[in-house]
Amino acid sequence: MITWLTIIGMGVITYAIRLAPIVLLERFALSPALRQALKFVPVAVLSAIILPELIMPGGGVDVSLANGRLLAGLLAIFVAWRTKNVLWTIVVGMVALWLL
Amino acid sequence: MQEPAISAEEPGRQAEWWAGVKSQLPIALGVIPFGLIYGVVALAAGLTPAQAQAMSAIVFAGSAQFIGAELMGKGAPLPVLWLTTFVVNVRHLLYSAQLGPDLQHLSRGWRFLLAYLLTDEAYATTAVHYADPQTPLTHKHWFFLGAGMMLWLTWQTSTAVGVFLGAEIPASWGLDFALALTFIGIVVPLLTTRPMLAAAVVAGVTAVLAHTLPYNLGLVFAGLAGIGVGVWMEKQ
Repeated sequence: MITWLTIIGMGVITYAIRLAPIVLLERFALSPALRQALKFVPVAVLSAIILPELIMPGGGVDVSLANGRLLAGLLAIFVAWRTKNVLWTIVVGMVALWLL
Repeated sequence: MQEPAISAEEPGRQAEWWAGVKSQLPIALGVIPFGLIYGVVALAAGLTPAQAQAMSAIVFAGSAQFIGAELMGKGAPLPVLWLTTFVVNVRHLLYSAQLGPDLQHLSRGWRFLLAYLLTDEAYATTAVHYADPQTPLTHKHWFFLGAGMMLWLTWQTSTAVGVFLGAEIPASWGLDFALALTFIGIVVPLLTTRPMLAAAVVAGVTAVLAHTLPYNLGLVFAGLAGIGVGVWMEKQ
């Protein structure tokens, strides 16, 4: 039940964000400062998810060669940087995880 | 990306709608694997197939769904999930504010429908189309509708297949890692300026340092820290 409530709430929040500027346009001029801050949201939030996944896969910090996720992640970062292609990043990262 | 035909004649509703659908075809190819992976990851996180599919229909925002499924799996409480959803999706304010002025002549029903279909992908091609001065505004919302419907159908279908497969794939394959890899593929190409790079590094390190905070609040703090540093560096 709580899961359903969570999902519906997530939907309402997402929809409100998408709808508000369209419907309340005249009251919703985004200030330049807010626009500038919003620009950093995807990079900041996603990086905050990525790094713990790489260096603390078991719950504790593990920066060693035994950490397959860290090695696979570093390789994936390199692939993403060179190819700018999400699919290649996933494929190379997963294969690396299975092999390492 | 296929551009709608430019002609002196005003394109009709159908032509605009089809152009919108076609504009999403190359993007849909990239979305299908994410839908599949989402379905798999959502089940791995403990959602039921019905919940996983409903989230695709109700939330309809890939990255928020991935994170939502993960946080639910970790038992994060409801306010944290809602706050995280807000933080992750707040970028849509920019899209909506940009397209909004061109949608003001539409009925309330149209605007409520198009807002539901406003994803990163639909925005990408629709914004390009709205910026094209050769085509009159008259039926451009049909392009938006076509693009949005195409992406919606792709997302729901690929989610369903992922949910179907998810029950068959063992956890030892580590498919949950595909989420982090997806985000790496999205973020790394965006790191073209020093403020962006600084925002990413600060957010990542803060998230690691703050992981002991209850309710996954570390994610929210880390996001704010990254944004703050990025804005500050850009002002230097």
